[in-house]
Amino acid sequence: MSQLDLARLQFAMTSIYHFLFVPVTIGLGFLTALLQTGWHRSGRAELLQLTRFFGTLLVINIAVGVVTGLVQEFQFGMDWSAYSRTVGDVFGAPLAMEGLAAFFLESTFLGLWLFGWDRLPPRVHLATIWLVAVGGALSAAFIMAANSWMQHPVGYTIDPSTGRPQLNDVWKLFTNPVFLRGYLHVILASLVTGSVVMLAVSAWQLRKGSSPLAFHAAARLALVVLVPVILAAMLVGSELGVTEGKYQPMKIAGAEAQWDTCQPCSFSLFQISGGKNDMTPTQIIAIPHLLSLLATNHWNGKVLGLNAVQAQYEQQYGPGNYIPNIFIQYWSMRVMAYLAVVVLLVGLWGLWLLWRKRLSGARWFHRVAVWAGVLPFLMNTAGWLLTENGRQPWIVQGLQLTRNGVSPSVSTATVATSLVVFLLLYAALAAVAFVLLTRYARKELSPPPAEDTPIPALTY
Amino acid sequence: MALATFWFIVTAALWTGFFVLEGFDLGVGMLHTFVARDEAGRRAAINTIGPLWDGNEVWLIVAAAAMFAAFPAWYATMFSSFYPALILLLVGLIVRGVSFEFRGKVDSVRWIRTWDTLLTVGSLLVPLLIGIALGNLLHGVPIDQSQEFTGDFGDLFSAYSVFTGITLVLLCLLHGATFITLKTTGAVQEHALWLARRIAPITVLAVLVFQPWTHSVAGGGVLPDVLELVAMLAVLAAGWLLAGRHEGWAFVATTVVIATTVMSFFADLYPRLMVSSTNPAFDLTVHNSASGNYALKVMSIVAIVFFPLVLAYQGWTYHVFRLRVSAEQFDVPRSPSS
Ligand code: HDD
Ligand code: HEM
Ligand code: HEM
Repeated sequence: MSQLDLARLQFAMTSIYHFLFVPVTIGLGFLTALLQTGWHRSGRAELLQLTRFFGTLLVINIAVGVVTGLVQEFQFGMDWSAYSRTVGDVFGAPLAMEGLAAFFLESTFLGLWLFGWDRLPPRVHLATIWLVAVGGALSAAFIMAANSWMQHPVGYTIDPSTGRPQLNDVWKLFTNPVFLRGYLHVILASLVTGSVVMLAVSAWQLRKGSSPLAFHAAARLALVVLVPVILAAMLVGSELGVTEGKYQPMKIAGAEAQWDTCQPCSFSLFQISGGKNDMTPTQIIAIPHLLSLLATNHWNGKVLGLNAVQAQYEQQYGPGNYIPNIFIQYWSMRVMAYLAVVVLLVGLWGLWLLWRKRLSGARWFHRVAVWAGVLPFLMNTAGWLLTENGRQPWIVQGLQLTRNGVSPSVSTATVATSLVVFLLLYAALAAVAFVLLTRYARKELSPPPAEDTPIPALTY
Repeated sequence: MALATFWFIVTAALWTGFFVLEGFDLGVGMLHTFVARDEAGRRAAINTIGPLWDGNEVWLIVAAAAMFAAFPAWYATMFSSFYPALILLLVGLIVRGVSFEFRGKVDSVRWIRTWDTLLTVGSLLVPLLIGIALGNLLHGVPIDQSQEFTGDFGDLFSAYSVFTGITLVLLCLLHGATFITLKTTGAVQEHALWLARRIAPITVLAVLVFQPWTHSVAGGGVLPDVLELVAMLAVLAAGWLLAGRHEGWAFVATTVVIATTVMSFFADLYPRLMVSSTNPAFDLTVHNSASGNYALKVMSIVAIVFFPLVLAYQGWTYHVFRLRVSAEQFDVPRSPSS
């Protein structure tokens, strides 16, 4: 493999890994804040127990999220120095703002929340967990603005002396249509992730029969959040598809393996082949008009085929292959969308049980809900594969090719070594985090602190 | 151009903040097994920085991001040149960062010892490698006309850069030992004071050598300037205050040493960002590596709004956790959820 391939592999691996933990932080952060707010309002002891229970899972998760984020920040300079040199003027600004406005907030108030149980007045302490949650959501905002700029560059001019993009309107970065929809989608996806994780843990506990009252409350909260949020995520997701179809037609045509322009276009539930050498795939089940609707919001909308976009790009940017890996595009789109339906059904099932007051004893639901805990992670990974692979061969759409963004002075052997180091380290970290998280998720609730004694801090 | 200089100062301030604050966290990380033989004492030592270290580490993240945003070429050349060293640095940061959270989560002696070792080694690697990297900025590495690194791994280890790393490790050790003395009671405090007094003489020596050496590497001769002089005096004062058991003032002194050491380093570097040992004409400077005026202006506004805010709430955090931590607090068994 070349230095380029290895660098891409490393970036993909470390980003996907980082994004296993990030949505849990954001989603579970808000849910934990809700639990603590519930306790603060009602004084019900089991809500305090739940706050501390899920708070412990949250901080184990954050520990890994934080250290893997560091790797991400360093990698731009290490592996993608030509990219950094070229776009730092625009891309660096949101990254620096993220640190100043979000990371400081999140990590400082996390310390205050963990260690402040017995030091801060209850209201102030409640505010700290909300600030942790807000800090997490804010960091996602800045990094998504940066990433959206790579999908659809706006707010810049090309400096004639260096040929590099220069920021000239920062407001455009934060009103980029790709950013507005993408950010909403990510926040909703994070809430889906958090609530599915909370549901899975509660279902496991309910099945075991420990603290049924408390975990019934947790499962209820998770379900009540999950169902509307995943519906919204699906809605925003399809809007996002329309936006992407406009700015990155290759991405959406690729997601449907649509080689020829069509009007109206049908959506295939499954298809066989359709790769580079076989442009007339066998669509197994085709739903007429659905692709038109998804990609353009119109019943008879026209979707440009890959060949048409390729021809257009060759005219615009010179000869070359501008088509991303179609297999990844096609299947990542479907994994995300189909699993979304599965999770939605699980959520509806749970709500129905809740309504019939049968949630506590529903053995089959408990079993299914535990396993559903895996799905958001698959959906998130698929979503990012769709986003990032669909941008290829560009690192910044229309401005720089990925192969021109890689560090010129770094050798293949160096990247290979670091890839191996990260693989080993991340595998070990995943094993430890998994063992700890499952161990703590299976613990019984700790007894509520006696009345009139201070609540102990969660120390190391 | 004025804005570029302003951002050089901001970057230097961020690095200074990082070493002043994370400096004692790193020291505590390196020393926590040496100030106490028993688990309660070690937990007391770690919990002195428990609520603080994560917020302190963000100074590093923001320092790197500021370099990226204000001086993209600096960030690109530095991070790609120092690649292998940075991998090691990341490994250090990762194992250190998770060990705080993980070490107490399983009730087994082997488990805890493992994370103790990783915390110690990680905390040592971080200042050592950042020190070597910073030292190289001033000492110079092979960089060609297009600002690309042309050397190899060996070029990263000049005598000066390695000595910069060692000096920073010693400063963190002294700062951390003083911090534990200031923040604990009983046997842990006594051990920490004892250690601080042993570390002080070596650190004094290192700083007395480092300052003139830096000045001469920068091309200013061996006579130190004002900041460097302050650093040298402050390190002597720290040793003297520790001998007299004035841990509060000693901590002020170690803070001053670290702050002036980092600041004078950047003052010596200015207006260069990264020296080319190939040809001075290829140096990266504030003038040839900065972002455009508009980007710098936007970020200046953001920094001016958020910096005071960050300082305010971080300061408040230090106020909330101002009490000393004692080992007796940790003699009881862990509560099941913590
Ligand atoms: C659990 C989470 C989850 C769920 C239920 C969905 N998605 Fe999603 N999706 C993500 C999690 C996600 C994500 C991981 O958060 C991505 C990656 C990048 C991004 O902006 O969000 C994403 C990206 C993403 C993109 C690419 C955006 C881009 O290229 O910038 C599209 C077109 C969709 N989604 C569409 C959908 C549709 C049509 C869905 C419903 C059927 C859907 N998503 C459900
Ligand atoms: C704002 C955040 C992000 C930025 C700026 C970013 C940027 C990049 C860059 C520079 C590359 C390397 C060049 C390339 O191969 O395209 C890349 C590739 C990739 N990134 Fe992202 N990324 C971000 C977030 C993420 C996240 C969170 C994930 C996953 C969870 C992710 C998944 C990937 C994948 C899978 C690739 C490899 C694509 C391929 O090689 O085909 N990215 N991204
Ligand atoms: C590839 C680009 C990315 C970079 C350079 C990056 C950088 C970082 C860094 C340095 C941290 C540690 C902060 C700390 O110490 O408090 C971090 C954590 C975090 N990042 Fe990322 N990140 C990237 C992608 C993303 C994406 C795409 C999101 C969300 C959509 C995200 C959301 C978060 C959140 C919420 C945290 C808090 C800690 C946690 O994960 O649990 N990051 N990131």
